[in-house]
Amino acid sequence: MLQEILIPVAILGGLGLFFGLCLSYASKKFGVKVDERIGKVRDVLPGANCGACGFTGCDGYAEAVVSGNADINKCTVGGRDVMVSIGEILGKDTSTSSVECKVGRVMCGADNGKTRTKYDYSGIKDCTAATALYGGPTACMYGCIGMGDCAKACPFGAIVVERGVARVLAAKCKGCGKCVEVCPRNIIKIVPKEKQYTVRCNNPQRGNFVMKVCKVGCIGCRKCSKVCEAGAITNDGFVARINPELCTNCGKCMEVCPNHVINKYPVCSDEGPAAVNE
Amino acid sequence: MVEIIVLLMSAILVENFVLMQFLGICPFLGVSNKLSTAIGMSGAVIFVMTIASFFTKLVYDLLLVRFGLEYLKTIAFILVIAALVQFVEIILKRFIPPLYKALGIYLPIITTNCAVLGAALINIQREYSLLNSVVYGFGAGVGFMVAMVLFAGVRERLEHCDIPESFKGLPITMIAAALVSIGFFGFKGLGG
Repeated sequence: MLQEILIPVAILGGLGLFFGLCLSYASKKFGVKVDERIGKVRDVLPGANCGACGFTGCDGYAEAVVSGNADINKCTVGGRDVMVSIGEILGKDTSTSSVECKVGRVMCGADNGKTRTKYDYSGIKDCTAATALYGGPTACMYGCIGMGDCAKACPFGAIVVERGVARVLAAKCKGCGKCVEVCPRNIIKIVPKEKQYTVRCNNPQRGNFVMKVCKVGCIGCRKCSKVCEAGAITNDGFVARINPELCTNCGKCMEVCPNHVINKYPVCSDEGPAAVNE
Repeated sequence: MVEIIVLLMSAILVENFVLMQFLGICPFLGVSNKLSTAIGMSGAVIFVMTIASFFTKLVYDLLLVRFGLEYLKTIAFILVIAALVQFVEIILKRFIPPLYKALGIYLPIITTNCAVLGAALINIQREYSLLNSVVYGFGAGVGFMVAMVLFAGVRERLEHCDIPESFKGLPITMIAAALVSIGFFGFKGLGG
């Protein structure tokens, strides 16, 4: 009687013990040694998995940073605090480096009434879907459609659609670039936060074509590029582009722009951009 | 040789684990919404099922039968499969990292996959030889893959369909699964 109970218990228990020993031996023998600093770095990262650092999520960045393939100041979401923490873990000097805060800017200012529509779009509210139908309902082929693909993609809730044009809330934006990927018109640009001036137009066509479809388009008059002392403004086709690396934030371009296309953005508030004489 | 091919085909089509025997329904519905994940999951299942069939057969013949403990086969097989999956995971992580990354989370999930246990138990029930057990386990895994890939295709199409509100999500998936399963009943005649 006792034997009938003991033998199965012994066999199953022995089997379990055997497998357990095998596994523990195997994990010791074949286990991959993971640098424990990766876990530590991962813990101080914000866990937004936004990809602003250029790696696949926070895990990817932690691995890259520990193995020396990435700088410690790439996490724009965590900012300075996270950089200092990572520096402590890896024993790196953080006094001289700083995190470059970036922000998304929508390069279109044509809200309701400033541009025309080609047709009445009544399909699903989705920029990509709308673009598939004759290139989208807006008369300007380069302007914001305003159906909020970017707002939906934003992991931080930093994009709102106002009067038919998307706008980035600078205080919430971490510059991850998710919106850049989803925008079918490619009109969101990631720039350093402190560079306040942005051309709110992406239409490279000649001035007369732009004027036909939009009241606030860049007509390519080159007044801004002539006035810019830093030489930061170039014309790409017939649209002005400001190179944020050269821009000195002087604001002269905004003053001369006849169409008020160059706007000044607040550095860190959720207010909209301002233009002179508007 | 002919026997093995017949066994293989019957495991894949006639006795398809998911669509004919309704084993492993959980991953079938859970990870079949995208083709790439479906293939990853099925790859892991084929792998584990084949070696699990081998080892469970060994454990059954050498240990359980000898001590007259056939009634313990379910719990013993679960033990074997779980340990095996863990072991395979360790080995893959060390020696074939790309495969480990590709299988990802699906490998540990298989530990609790009833299709793997089902294959092991059917092998015992039908008294297959060691070779036939392995062939049957492999065939069952391939059958799982066929079902997964077919159904992932169906589901990708469902995504773009105008489905009545009350049927959205799992209900329509169940109905689609039932229809695919009915389709597979056509293979019943193959086995003779």
